[in-house]
Amino acid sequence: MHAVDRRARAAAAPGRPIVSKLVIDGVGRTFPGVNGGAPTLALTPISFDVADNDFITILGPSGCGKSTLLRIVAGLDRPTAGRVCLDGADVSGPGADRGMVFQSYTLFPWLTVEENVRFGLREKRMPAAEQADVARHWIHKVGLDGFARHYPKMLSGGMQQRTAIARALANAPKILLLDEPFGALDHQTRGLMQELLLGIWESEKTTVLFVTHDIEEAIFMASRVLVISARPGRIKADVAVTLPHPRHYTVKTTPGFSALKARLTEEIRAEALKVEGVVLPGG
Amino acid sequence: MTPLKPVGRARKVALGVAFFVLFVAAWSAATLGGFVSKTFLADPLTMLAEGWGLFAEHGFAKDVGITVWRVLGGFVLAAVLGVPLGIAMGAFKPVEAFFEPFVSFARYLPASAFIPLLILWAGIGEAQKLLVIFIGVFFQIVLMVAVTVGSTRRDLVEAAYTLGAGAHGIVRRVLLPNAAPQIAETLRLVLGWAWTYVIVAELIGASSGIGHMITDSQALLNTGQIIFGIIMIGLIGLVSDFAFKWANQRLFPWGLQ
Repeated sequence: MHAVDRRARAAAAPGRPIVSKLVIDGVGRTFPGVNGGAPTLALTPISFDVADNDFITILGPSGCGKSTLLRIVAGLDRPTAGRVCLDGADVSGPGADRGMVFQSYTLFPWLTVEENVRFGLREKRMPAAEQADVARHWIHKVGLDGFARHYPKMLSGGMQQRTAIARALANAPKILLLDEPFGALDHQTRGLMQELLLGIWESEKTTVLFVTHDIEEAIFMASRVLVISARPGRIKADVAVTLPHPRHYTVKTTPGFSALKARLTEEIRAEALKVEGVVLPGG
Repeated sequence: MTPLKPVGRARKVALGVAFFVLFVAAWSAATLGGFVSKTFLADPLTMLAEGWGLFAEHGFAKDVGITVWRVLGGFVLAAVLGVPLGIAMGAFKPVEAFFEPFVSFARYLPASAFIPLLILWAGIGEAQKLLVIFIGVFFQIVLMVAVTVGSTRRDLVEAAYTLGAGAHGIVRRVLLPNAAPQIAETLRLVLGWAWTYVIVAELIGASSGIGHMITDSQALLNTGQIIFGIIMIGLIGLVSDFAFKWANQRLFPWGLQ
């Protein structure tokens, strides 16, 4: 399997200079104890590199610190250890070079779809005509032509998240961060969203870091899946996904996909059992 | 009746009007039927006649005008100073830490108890009336606006940060528009309180206004005029309330409802 090849390669040539867009270097997070209690270790220091134009999904059970990691990359949270480097520069706070899509609906309710997409452009003081062009392009890309003047409350959850993706990408970020963006959507809508986002990635080739707890989603979207273990989080597996592009949803029924799914299911199941403290009958 | 089931528009209006009809009917029955002495409570017809007399013979329109002016003056003054301070407190925690304890304390000081002091300081002119209203509503506005701004959804603020907004952008483009509908709602509520304070201010040391008319009528035992004055205030309040609601829906089409 290619996944194994990749790991073998990495082991054979440690420190080989590759073009790394994003470097996560020993990043850990400890939350101070509440009421004098013991501090909580949310994320054991972890390290990995993200290559340019890679689509990486971070897969882990809830509470493993994967969202914390993403928030640290976004600059919304500070690591208590290590550092994050984007294009050679240390990340010290949030900025427009790292676009983010949240699990909760974060469109500004007082702005229309178009005004939401233009939010970051206005902040950059881009000329209004250019803002309109960029917004039109991205609204079209996420399939929301004709909804530019709608307010968020008039949209379905899927449409709101598509607008959020357009809003993040309109800013032309160096990396797109997504924190379980389709977690609140129903199964069918989620499938469509995955295809839409993957289609955009295939045509635009941006670097993506995508956090999820859904195994199928992690495999379908990714060129590389990082499995994070249960609290305290650390990288348990680093799996390359070499399924061909453009990927169609039917890839989910191919043997290659199933094999990856079986493997990751095993990895993640062990972690889930650890989190819940469950001892299953016969196990 | 099914809990929380909405009623139709026509039925809603009919029910609302029905209460007023029942209220006036009960009042009429009690007074016109002779169950309550005229000395204590005028009947609706006498009240209307007295009201007509107030406007026709006593220049009551001028009293109403001056009272409305005082309410708006004190209210606008408090809002112009209170809203920005509340926003600053809601947005910036050190500002909040500096003002909040004092404002919370001052909020409980009864405005009416300041009237003797205010008369000493500002005389019995308009300044004193405006100050009573100002003290009555300013601290409430500050605190309620601060809470509204401070309770802005964190994920909206974070989304704005990841889109490149700085501190200035966060306040102007997230906190303000997010809080605006609720601030307008706060002002609508507080305007109602301003009406209470203006009458209190006019009951003591005033020579004009609806409150002054009510004190005069008390001396003459004219309950018809007193009730007419009270109803007048209620009607003006209702009109201003509708105006506020209408304006809010126009200004903030995405907001409450």
